[in-house]
Amino acid sequence: MVIGINIILAVSLNLVSGFTGQLSLGHATFMGIGAYTATLFALKLHVPFLVALIIGAATAAFFGFIIGVPTLRLKGDYLAIATLGFGEIMRNILLNLKITGGPMGLRGIPKITNIYIVAAAVILVIFSLNRIMNSRVGKSFIAIREDELAAEAMGINTTNFKILAFAIGAFYAGIAGGLFAFLFRYINPNNFGFMKSIEILCMVVLGGMGNTSGAVLGATILTILPEFLRSVSPVISQYRMVFYGILLVVMMIVRPQGLLSDTSFDFLKSSVFGKIKVKKIAEKGGQ
Amino acid sequence: MLRLDNVVTHYGNIQALKGISLEINQGEIVTVIGANGAGKTTTLKAICGLVSISSGKIFFRGKDITGKPTSDIVGSGIAMVPEGRRVFPRMTVLENLQLGGYLNGDKNLIRKDLERVFELFPILKQRLKQIAGTLSGGEQQMLAIGRALMARPKLLLLDEPSMGLAPMIVSNIFDIIQEINQSGTTILLVEQNAHMALSIAHKGYVIETGRIVLEDTAKNLLNNEQVKKAYLGE
Repeated sequence: MVIGINIILAVSLNLVSGFTGQLSLGHATFMGIGAYTATLFALKLHVPFLVALIIGAATAAFFGFIIGVPTLRLKGDYLAIATLGFGEIMRNILLNLKITGGPMGLRGIPKITNIYIVAAAVILVIFSLNRIMNSRVGKSFIAIREDELAAEAMGINTTNFKILAFAIGAFYAGIAGGLFAFLFRYINPNNFGFMKSIEILCMVVLGGMGNTSGAVLGATILTILPEFLRSVSPVISQYRMVFYGILLVVMMIVRPQGLLSDTSFDFLKSSVFGKIKVKKIAEKGGQ
Repeated sequence: MLRLDNVVTHYGNIQALKGISLEINQGEIVTVIGANGAGKTTTLKAICGLVSISSGKIFFRGKDITGKPTSDIVGSGIAMVPEGRRVFPRMTVLENLQLGGYLNGDKNLIRKDLERVFELFPILKQRLKQIAGTLSGGEQQMLAIGRALMARPKLLLLDEPSMGLAPMIVSNIFDIIQEINQSGTTILLVEQNAHMALSIAHKGYVIETGRIVLEDTAKNLLNNEQVKKAYLGE
């Protein structure tokens, strides 16, 4: 089930960073916003789970939009730094608000997330993502990554589309956050910190930027591998973040295009494989 | 059709255009020639709204388009072929052309426009599924022009279409530019290759360090001693 949640996170960051080419280092923040919002609505207002999940995702998307408007005028490194800063701000807000339970987090969340819900969410997310990417909107995202000036000269309003990509990515991340909260039954701000953002980015880079099936593969590997290493030796899994760092550097040198590169954008084809893979993975995750 | 009135732009503190005025009439090919850094590309970017204008006005078909967003300007009928071609390298030829027709979402229109582009550039039809980044320089230039035509421009801005191309291909491209013009599209051509540009243009402007220093019919400019010395190498 964790694999499924991570897949949603990876494919949604892939939309922002892989397809649209906007490096975001704050993706876990949107997950956190989704998790907290969904949880608070369910706990305090007794909203049904699915509704809470959607409200959480919509709130995350709203924040994505709010953050996107000023920051997406920035390019490259500056955008990365701005998203990083936003993530830290949100984490600190969550740490200090009363309603979010501060550093104690929120506990006593009912366990509702199950394998079927996760599988359905993963399939829905990937399906809708592929529909977006094969539409005019999706082509505009890729055009922005390929050549922003040329895209603008085509009449594409690049700022608006970047914000849109950011908001959609945040929406999906919010869904993942909601699923996460109702799976682990306890959330605190550190679940959604910078390290989680980097972890998601690692999944995308490992699998291949701009490739949905790559993101699925990356998420799967980086979810299973730490668990596997933990069973080998608990010490190794403590050094997980060191491993992620090394992984990023090695990937950049050896295979910058990721495990599954996709230079042809034949993602209709790859998406079919992607869906088959997702189903298998979802089944695996339940065991 | 297009009129620039004393347009001034800045890059940071540096004044790039120091008051450019020019006029293009319907059906003309107008060329702006000048050396590196004279402000040719900046002029085109200013028309498209890709750089902000500090002062001055731009009118297109009688309407003030100064400060409008690029998408509106493109929508009103101005398309640009950027310097250095700038095709979308990892997309196919077809996807590049489709993006060119981005603003007219009608599928039937796009199909018609594609046919027209293939008539001008038959090679693109053969290369439809090829990744644009793997095309030769000349083919990429053709793709860039074709992509701009997909927007059904009334005014086509061409930024150094001869850049980095073999002489034979350059003359091929210039033939096609004339053909596009004859089918009713007005053209603003920015070039370093002054001889080629003036030989197909009706009117020419010479730009130096952000100012228009000379303006005349293309024929007169070709015979102008000053121009000959500075730009034609005679």
